Amino acid sequence: MAEKKKKRASYISSGESRKITRFNRRVTKKLEQQRAANARNPESYTTKMKDPNNVVEFDNVCTYFFTDVGVVKAVDGINFNIPRGVTVGVVGESGCGKSVTSLSLMQLLQRPMGQVVGGEIRFNKGDGTAYNIVNTPNKIMESIRGNEISMIFQEPMTSLNPIFKIGDQINEVIILHNPEMSKEDVKKRTLEMIGLVGIANREGVYNMYPHELSGGMRQRICIAIALACSPTIIIADEPTTALDVTIQAQILDLLQDLKNKMNSSIMLITHDLGVVAGMADYVVVMYAGRIVEKGTAREIFHTPSHPYTIGLMKSKPVVGQKVEELYNIPGNVPNPVKMPNYCYFRDRCEMRCDKCDGAYPPEYKIGDTHVVSCYRYAEEGEELGYPKSVDVEEL
Amino acid sequence: MNEKIEKVSTENENEYLLEVNNLVKWFPIKAGFFKHTVGQVRAVDGVSFKIKRRQTMGLVGESGCGKSTCGRTILRLLPKTSGDIIFDGQDVSALSRQELRHMRTRMQIVFQDPYSSLSPRLPIGEIIGEAVREHGIVPASEFDDYISRVMEACGLPSYYKERYPHEFSGGQRQRICIARALALSPEFIVCDEPVSALDVSIQAQIINLLKQLQNDFGLTYLFISHDLSVVEHISDTVGVMYLGSMVEYAETDKIFSHPLNPYTQALFSAIPIPDPDAKINRIILKGSIPSPANPPKGCKFHTRCEKCMEVCKYAVPKWKEVEPGHFCACHLYNDAEEEAAAVEEMNAVIEKEGVTEKEEEVL
Repeated sequence: MAEKKKKRASYISSGESRKITRFNRRVTKKLEQQRAANARNPESYTTKMKDPNNVVEFDNVCTYFFTDVGVVKAVDGINFNIPRGVTVGVVGESGCGKSVTSLSLMQLLQRPMGQVVGGEIRFNKGDGTAYNIVNTPNKIMESIRGNEISMIFQEPMTSLNPIFKIGDQINEVIILHNPEMSKEDVKKRTLEMIGLVGIANREGVYNMYPHELSGGMRQRICIAIALACSPTIIIADEPTTALDVTIQAQILDLLQDLKNKMNSSIMLITHDLGVVAGMADYVVVMYAGRIVEKGTAREIFHTPSHPYTIGLMKSKPVVGQKVEELYNIPGNVPNPVKMPNYCYFRDRCEMRCDKCDGAYPPEYKIGDTHVVSCYRYAEEGEELGYPKSVDVEEL
Repeated sequence: MNEKIEKVSTENENEYLLEVNNLVKWFPIKAGFFKHTVGQVRAVDGVSFKIKRRQTMGLVGESGCGKSTCGRTILRLLPKTSGDIIFDGQDVSALSRQELRHMRTRMQIVFQDPYSSLSPRLPIGEIIGEAVREHGIVPASEFDDYISRVMEACGLPSYYKERYPHEFSGGQRQRICIARALALSPEFIVCDEPVSALDVSIQAQIINLLKQLQNDFGLTYLFISHDLSVVEHISDTVGVMYLGSMVEYAETDKIFSHPLNPYTQALFSAIPIPDPDAKINRIILKGSIPSPANPPKGCKFHTRCEKCMEVCKYAVPKWKEVEPGHFCACHLYNDAEEEAAAVEEMNAVIEKEGVTEKEEEVL
């Protein structure tokens, strides 16, 4: 009997399915119209930064996907800032919304299915004003992408085009954003970039195809492409996951070095706590589309406060520290379509209290830069407010 | 404690479940219309180790160094080129088809990618039970009950039997893979990167499961992985491979506390440590791993080695016991006799090469 009930939980009748499709069509159409209207109105996408030292500010960003099984709240009301010249690490398990956060910033979401339905992403123009990326029209985004915000993807094997030479692929970015440059200058710049990422044989690599290079070399090329226009912020989405430890060390070393040279900020997305500890100044821990804890790297690693962060730290074996049995977080991530209305981590949490049955916990400030979303800090911490979710029915 | 084990080992020859001596696996590179062989990819090139019963040996190395090929050759999923694989006193490669079929129930493998190693068209019960029925492990009347027990041992509720692989998450699929291997009640399991496709918190669950099963059923593992922290956690002994050869082998504590080979040192120093204040002297290796089809002369690691000497470029280092129980192949630990032999070998190679170079000039 229990078995049958379980099966039914994920079952959608054709009537429900039709209802969902109709709803999705209506909402996405409305959002797309709103988008088109915003694109004609410059006021809708120019704002001011809260703190001019920040390059990017995420302010209650909600990114939802309108899928055939219902609305997936991939990112649901996240708040964090990326200051200039600083590396911010975003940590979490797969499916927690790390990558969707970065795609929202680049406006690379799969529209019309994926939509930023609420909040602001402010990107500093440098002259006192800022773009609100959420409403920025495509024309302007094209001049920002690759030029001011650039991205290094996870798979160096698939993110280069196999039918173009390495040189041409780097040239493309430079030409696109600097149409006035002469051919010789572009080539000079490309060779300079290839040298900058630590490849000795510049001319040789310039004329090679991606398949002739190893994984580490390809990732270097991806970094060269990302840095070709000296962006103010680099999004590194799991840049070393597909690489070996020795190559990983090379790439991270290179990234750190280049960041210092160019004074760019890095948003480092990864699930490897070791990588974050070595690279990041600030760390943001995400779980099921929300930020559960944020603070400086030291605060997160020395005094992890959210039960999820603590569990994550304990479940990773560390070289040189013997433990009999690894801690494992019981259970699984909740179903993204039917998120509970209490704390998302409650069912897996071993420190839960009576308060946890209530609404999703607000953010508590427990240090100058340390913020946790957990009721265990309700007394000592200063309450900062609840994450703002968008009611889908009202759209 | 150590003494005790050594005593037993002298008395009981059969204490080692698996012995691999000088295992070689080359893949021919074929070219031309008649597919003649133009070269060899030396995937595994002289690897020797022993695994004790109920212990775990970790095999680490960069991708492409021959770890997986080594594991598969041991199970005879790939035919070996030369060398001995002795499993419980029997030479695996000398077995006839019938004998091998029987042997298969005693050694199993868990693959890396739980997404592609399960048939999408079979329900879980059938995936786990197929081999059980084929080998007649239990009578047909007990079959259902047996599968349920195996599944429960791996943390899977027995009502999952009717479901299909696509309904499961990565961690659960890996449990299914483990249950499939375990259903034949094997003694030896090759775990080929079983956790590298999983998230950290799920990784911990699978590692704990593997450890628990080892305790409950007395399993022996060959644990292949590139994640050094996982290997340190699960293994009793560790072997480090580079470009088809084993460069170092010792007990886990020994190898992690003072690695001898410069490659091992570099590899271990590259492990990221989750502590922002940790100061590590990273040895950052230059370049990437050379092609195994055309490995460098002499010591294979000399092209990237920090401590490279003149001998390293010509003479192949010998595999020897540097400290008791700590094996290593590196010229740094040569004694006088070996040094002399290495220098002689070097001179011989230089002489020979000198001649060939002159010949080329003449031509």
